[in-house]
Amino acid sequence: MQSVSESAVAGRPKTSVTLVVNGQRHTLEVEPRWLLSDVLRHQLGLTGTHVGCEQGVCGSCTVLVDGQPQRSCLMFAVQAEGHEITTVEGLTPEQGLSPLQAAFERHHALQCGFCTPGMIVTAEALLRENPNPDEETIREVLSGNLCRCTGYQSIVAAVQDAARVLREGGAVDTEVAAQGQNEAAGGEQA
Amino acid sequence: MKPVSFSYYRPNSVAEALHILAQEEEAKVIAGGQSLVPLMNFRLSRPKTLVDINGLRELAAVEADGKVLRIGALVRHQELLAHPLVVKHFPALAAAAAEIGHWAIRTRGTIGGSLVHADPAAELPAAMVAHRGVLVLTSARGERRVDADAFFYGYLMTDIAPDELLTAVELPLPSGVRYGFAEHARRPGDFALAGAFVEVAETGHAGAVTWFGVGGRPDRQEMELSPDASSRERQFAAALAEMDGPEDEVEARYRRQLAAAAAEQAYQRATASGRGN
Repeated sequence: MQSVSESAVAGRPKTSVTLVVNGQRHTLEVEPRWLLSDVLRHQLGLTGTHVGCEQGVCGSCTVLVDGQPQRSCLMFAVQAEGHEITTVEGLTPEQGLSPLQAAFERHHALQCGFCTPGMIVTAEALLRENPNPDEETIREVLSGNLCRCTGYQSIVAAVQDAARVLREGGAVDTEVAAQGQNEAAGGEQA
Repeated sequence: MKPVSFSYYRPNSVAEALHILAQEEEAKVIAGGQSLVPLMNFRLSRPKTLVDINGLRELAAVEADGKVLRIGALVRHQELLAHPLVVKHFPALAAAAAEIGHWAIRTRGTIGGSLVHADPAAELPAAMVAHRGVLVLTSARGERRVDADAFFYGYLMTDIAPDELLTAVELPLPSGVRYGFAEHARRPGDFALAGAFVEVAETGHAGAVTWFGVGGRPDRQEMELSPDASSRERQFAAALAEMDGPEDEVEARYRRQLAAAAAEQAYQRATASGRGN
């Protein structure tokens, strides 16, 4: 059994955990009370995971835990031991952008960008499960990720476009890409 | 904010978990943590010890034995809503589980956590009351079974003792009755403003409505459900008028109206297809 006891004195006890994040093993000293979101950002420097509300509402801290989207602000880092964590950094290729990220760029599916990592992680999980989601499904899934800039239109369009690109083996359709640019330029009401 | 410091235990068996709960003062069980961790982040909850039961796979099974469906406390909402036995025997429960939070909440939140948290607007406590479930509570002192209707006291208050662990719920397999579920929330994924499970006999008009989100706990009322819609409307309004609601008069009236509408929708679903949704 794993256990860490808290003492009343200063210098709160830490425990050693081994986390597998984006395929890399890290052994860290953490306090049990440290949230996974904070450990990803502060101990591992993976600042792509954003922290918005710290109560599970906004979705910007969403990461994949064993492939499933979960809120990293509602999980303690000690609990992540033995699980595979994937952050937005882990979904980004060495060079360039993933098909989903490229589609977000083409469709201008972000303005301030704060929600974007959570959107990308959630949409990635969706497309792995369902390569051809309809608009309603995309909207239902992304309802757990708050965006206060875009009104979601361009985000939904980007996810649909990325799904198409992935189904067609990764090629980007320039016509749709151009259409995406137009939408981004003009048709972006909430 | 960040949680206060706590001692952390990750037991490898139920017996170990019960031992820690018996020994440690102000210990709290953490399963999915989707209600507990927000409370801890805001320091509204400050347990001295957390007992993490996520490793106890023995609590994660769903099994039917011909009389009851037994759902382990650690079953996640996303598993519950799609589990073949749940979809087959308790379609209204599956439909309700699909309305809990968002995908990233459902992949971690557990049925046991939802039940012991006992939010009055949560779907699963009402589902247990509606289906006349039994909660299995275990401690170092032994095991006891509590009817769901007796388990929920009121707002976030239940019959569970500090040293007890909810290990499973048992739902009697329905026979001769159909269930429907409906709820009203401002946005998908929000807690419901009001919702209802409706139970209808396959022959005759005997039935029951279990409302949630109106008072401090789920409220099940047996009633003859008239086949006539306007009679049902009056029945639902009369039943809801008897129930405790929010103190604010306007709020209370609004919630009762939503609750009546949800009951009607749930009735339609129960009688339309028998699929509960």
